[in-house]
Amino acid sequence: MAKQVFTLNVNGRDHELFTEPNQSLLEVVRDELRLTGAKEGCGTGDCGACTMVVDGETITACLMLAPDAAGREIETIEGLADGEQLHPLQQAFIDHGSVQCGFCIPGMILAGVALLERNPNPTRDEIRVGIAGNLCRCTGYRKIVEAIESVAGA
Amino acid sequence: MRRFDYYRASSVDQAISLLDEHGEGGMLLAGGTDLLVQIKEAGLNPSYIVSLLEVDELSGLSENGNGLRIGARVLMCEVAADASVQSDYSALADGAGLVGSWQTRNMGTVGGNVCNAAPSADTSPPLSVLGATVHIAGAGGTREVAIDDFWTGPGQTVLGASEVMTQITVPAPPAGSGSFYERHTPRQIMDIAAVGIAAYVELDGDGNCTTARIALGAVAPTVMRASQAEAAISGGPINEETAAAAGAAAAGEATPISDQRGSAEFRRHLVEVMTTRSILRAAERAQG
Repeated sequence: MAKQVFTLNVNGRDHELFTEPNQSLLEVVRDELRLTGAKEGCGTGDCGACTMVVDGETITACLMLAPDAAGREIETIEGLADGEQLHPLQQAFIDHGSVQCGFCIPGMILAGVALLERNPNPTRDEIRVGIAGNLCRCTGYRKIVEAIESVAGA
Repeated sequence: MRRFDYYRASSVDQAISLLDEHGEGGMLLAGGTDLLVQIKEAGLNPSYIVSLLEVDELSGLSENGNGLRIGARVLMCEVAADASVQSDYSALADGAGLVGSWQTRNMGTVGGNVCNAAPSADTSPPLSVLGATVHIAGAGGTREVAIDDFWTGPGQTVLGASEVMTQITVPAPPAGSGSFYERHTPRQIMDIAAVGIAAYVELDGDGNCTTARIALGAVAPTVMRASQAEAAISGGPINEETAAAAGAAAAGEATPISDQRGSAEFRRHLVEVMTTRSILRAAERAQG
């Protein structure tokens, strides 16, 4: 099929795109819009490194076709901070030294923010379940969980 | 990703006519969590995709006292979080809440889980024991199929080439009934069932089991009803002894294979233990 024209609203801005329909939302956001915070780890929805927020809910952008995201509100890690003011969870990840290689962190933070919106006071077990779809291959989960715990109830 | 053509349907009728018009090689796309993985990893090569994203007729989860209606595009997270599903159709809430991660449940649909026809699908044994009906639309009109007759093999269903599943309906369980689903996975979360068991029981005023339905997942080419286990538990009291007898019957009926998630022998053992436990848990819910 020929390329199609469609509009993606990413972090509050409309972007007109002209791509093949077999592109994932992740590929288009990274390669066309050059927003490279979300990563492709597995490409099959298992690792969560590509997590984005679509219409208010976290999704794995590697498994959403870009044209299926047209007309919906897409948020990436790049849209989380308020200007220079980091989101409290971003600051907590810095303060707790939660970042090792960093590959999983954009997805991990968006999953953490979604968890805290659903459940402002999660237990440690609920935090672990909340980020169960996000793998950290540095295996640095402890400090990630502590960072989320530190902003819980805030 | 492999190349394919893409169409966005705006109604069920349009989806059917797109499938009719473009012929073989088309696939319907709901949540994408199975379909896109199969395209990327499992050699599935559709020539075109019909996206159901904008088909409003396929959305909507509602309960009206007589039963539950699940539009084919209703998300796993909606079903898992719904108060009436949790209280009256508990096994289905159990299954939908176990699928994948939050991200998976925010994208994946119950309809897709059923149409994908994996014997390990977590919502399929619950729908089987709850007596669900699948509603199908095609060029010739609509038809209804009992969910136990919907699957014909791994990845295979009775859906024709240009047919669309529109909804799943479930009759309201009577007072004194309870249902339960659990699965065994090597990892707690983000894994596929090595065995999944759903049990549904109805109890009379004396605590005797008047009706039992038990479905086994991932131990046969399709989700299967364990009719000998159902017969073993029906007609008398439910206790550890009678539940264990039904568990043993279920293990005898299952036809598991050995694969990376477990040997046939291990799976048969799981069927026995988990069927026993699931019957007891369903009975607890029936009394609760």
